[in-house]
Amino acid sequence: MTLDSKIPGGPIDKKWSEHKFHMKLVNPANRRKYKVIVVGTGLAGSAVAASLGELGYNVLAFSYHESPRRAHSIAAQGGINAPKNYSNDGDSVHRLFYDTLKGGDYRAREANVYRLAEVSGSIIDQCVAQGVPFARDYAGYLDNRSFGGAQVARTFYARGQTGQQLLLGAYSALVRQMDQGSVKFHERREMLDLVVVDGKARGIIARNLLNGKLESYSADAVVLATGGYGNVFYLSTNAKASNATAVWRAHKRGAFFGNPCFTQIHPTCIPVTGDHQSKLTLMSESLRNDGRVWVPKKKGDARPAKDIPENERDYYLERLYPSFGNLVPRDVASRRAKEMCDNGYGVGSSKMAVYLDFADAIKRLGRDKIFEKYGNLLDMYKQITGEDPYQVPMRIYPAVHYTMGGLWVDYNLMSTVPGLFVLGEANFSDHGANRLGASALMQGLADGYFIAPYTVSDYLASTSFTPAPADGPAFKEAENTVTASINKLLGIDGTKTVDEFHREFGKVMWDHVGMARNKEGLKKALELLPKIRAEFWKGVKITGNAHEINTELEKAQRVADFMELGELMALDALQREESCGGHFREEFQTEEGEAKRNDRKFAYVAAWEYAGAGKKPVLHKEELKFEYVKPSQRSYK
Amino acid sequence: MKITLKVWRQKDQNDEGRFVEYTADHVSPDMSFLEMLDVVNIGLVKKGETPVAFDHDCREGICGSCGMMINGRAHGPGRGIATCQLHMRSFRDGDTIVIEPWRSNAFPVLKDLMVDRTSFDRIMQAGGYTSAKTGGVPDGNAILIPKPVADEAFDAAACIGCGACVAACPNSSAMLFVSAKVSQLALLPQGQAERTARVQRMIAQMDEEKFGSCSNTYACEAECPKQISVTHIARLNREFVASQF
Repeated sequence: MTLDSKIPGGPIDKKWSEHKFHMKLVNPANRRKYKVIVVGTGLAGSAVAASLGELGYNVLAFSYHESPRRAHSIAAQGGINAPKNYSNDGDSVHRLFYDTLKGGDYRAREANVYRLAEVSGSIIDQCVAQGVPFARDYAGYLDNRSFGGAQVARTFYARGQTGQQLLLGAYSALVRQMDQGSVKFHERREMLDLVVVDGKARGIIARNLLNGKLESYSADAVVLATGGYGNVFYLSTNAKASNATAVWRAHKRGAFFGNPCFTQIHPTCIPVTGDHQSKLTLMSESLRNDGRVWVPKKKGDARPAKDIPENERDYYLERLYPSFGNLVPRDVASRRAKEMCDNGYGVGSSKMAVYLDFADAIKRLGRDKIFEKYGNLLDMYKQITGEDPYQVPMRIYPAVHYTMGGLWVDYNLMSTVPGLFVLGEANFSDHGANRLGASALMQGLADGYFIAPYTVSDYLASTSFTPAPADGPAFKEAENTVTASINKLLGIDGTKTVDEFHREFGKVMWDHVGMARNKEGLKKALELLPKIRAEFWKGVKITGNAHEINTELEKAQRVADFMELGELMALDALQREESCGGHFREEFQTEEGEAKRNDRKFAYVAAWEYAGAGKKPVLHKEELKFEYVKPSQRSYK
Repeated sequence: MKITLKVWRQKDQNDEGRFVEYTADHVSPDMSFLEMLDVVNIGLVKKGETPVAFDHDCREGICGSCGMMINGRAHGPGRGIATCQLHMRSFRDGDTIVIEPWRSNAFPVLKDLMVDRTSFDRIMQAGGYTSAKTGGVPDGNAILIPKPVADEAFDAAACIGCGACVAACPNSSAMLFVSAKVSQLALLPQGQAERTARVQRMIAQMDEEKFGSCSNTYACEAECPKQISVTHIARLNREFVASQF
């Protein structure tokens, strides 16, 4: 199979509008005859379900949560980018396009990234109309702030709860359609398989988490907006339930997986305190606007921060990157923090942390202004650590935060399975090897409001469908596969809990497939990971049965999938013999310790095809062509 | 620390339910409350028992999934936090902690500490939105909203829908929850067109879901993890009365 990205011809700034014009349309009166399944109701899922419902399609939405408002998009703190140029600082669609492509270290498709920048302005307008209370100035105009990887202020925000407000906006659009009957929401359902009929995605098998019943749903198209797979590492900033099961099972049904090794490590998270740690908490990158990152100049300096005089502090980001300073992109900030700690300059009891200090900003702007800008974040920090960041510098350390990789999609956001669309963090498309801050919300909503509604319509209008009833053979086969897997898990009755296996697996992933990778470590991971997986299938203990609320069983299925995906990530990281963005191979770095790309050999998307259990996955390559931006060594100095 | 737990166990909606006592040894003050429960659950699974079911997800106080009565208080001791933000340093070695699900007939217990809060979604469905269609909207700066108004709307919009207000209220009233949305949209210019219908429909749905009435005890405000003010209830009442004329 050859990969066709379906990038339309013509100049980059005309591609999307021309493409839209050439799309086939469904007559409004016929739309209700088409059924579309949307799995996941975070930003991308709620937005697309609401928009398709509004157009008149018959939408079935699914979430493992009780309500769409619980999706993890809600936890995004800092903001959302749009090149409105309200700040009059020279922003434009082209600049946002350029910044995003460069920030992604030239491993994303130009056409997709341009379109993202192009539609992002409309997102702000849409959210405002929904009643999202963005920050405003006294005259009533929208306020902006700057974010990592950019030198303009283009980030719109709602205190430190932008994700919450945007999700509640999308949720309100979704409940409006539920109210009107165009969207039927299925709560507490987990998608456990994709059903493919005659080569097209025609439905899903979902488990009702309240009674364990497997339910079959058929449709004309399936949209996955199920988020990322950061929890493969066990510890991440993702929510506890965030998982890869929907995308992984779709992968096993034929959807290629794009760039699985591209993982983002976020530089500003609260450090780990002990073995009980269940997740990591992010402190928004926006804090780097006013906070200064530093470590003591002396190795192993155990003095409290306040006793270390100014001239004995190393503000290393400002020293190394005078023009971007504390606002370098996430991958750069993370690696420098790790390096400082690995070299013995770490602070706090674990020595695995660096300081993020607000003292200067409080002096300059006053405590009230800092409270207004970051109040909830600083409160959150105090709640978790018991320390007051207005008095002592915060301690931060990088943590897994986002996965740029995901199911491979073409320009229409359709995967290699016709009729299966993938949106938001679940796809691989727009962020290349590193995502810039305030771009995740932008991509989720761009996909959901302004891209997929058109491309899904086009697919429906240009495809002829044969009936695929939910009691047909393909559905039965999928249901049997799921039942067999659940029974197998419950029948093991071993001695170790799911969490223990997950933690052990995650540790190997973090040590060898984490922030810095090398050939030897990756090979070691590829030895260790299958062993842990084999032990899991022999030794996991799950109590209860399949016909009730069983949270251990839910976790076990997700962890089983993470274990397969983790191996693919290691394999992908091993084949990519270059460093780019969040993928840092220690063998490939510049003299200054920055990521060293190899554009001649690796300017491609790695799209992996599932070849069957126990078989080596097949690597397909989509060449990346750069016509409008010339790839260069990223420099933030 | 060593902690004794009295946890409400209830197999399913039809089960009567009962308190069961557990001991949590080696509790670190740095653990979050839910991490302490994780450790207890690992112990239960190892013994072949069913772990305590509870809703949780983001574990940073924003998704609104978690929520339990801890020693009789919604989200436990401390102000302005959800259960997941409570840390064991708030307790002392040797303490006994009583843990129950949200108390309200409008939130039936599904299992142990998990309850059904879909009634909140049905209230939102009854007009808790502006009818803005995708794409057909003006520029963001075409609608001017002075900072004090935007800030006040934000204070209301900060609601995470956890249900603590209902659980804390002696009448199981959902007025704080409903008022937060009504108030947010009543304050903003975008919410004006549907202002009258919205308040009437949302209140009608609230009553249909069998939430109680407000008798101004302010327990909701005291336990709200986002510290949403009861002044929004006052605005809700005003909106409701005004909508009748």
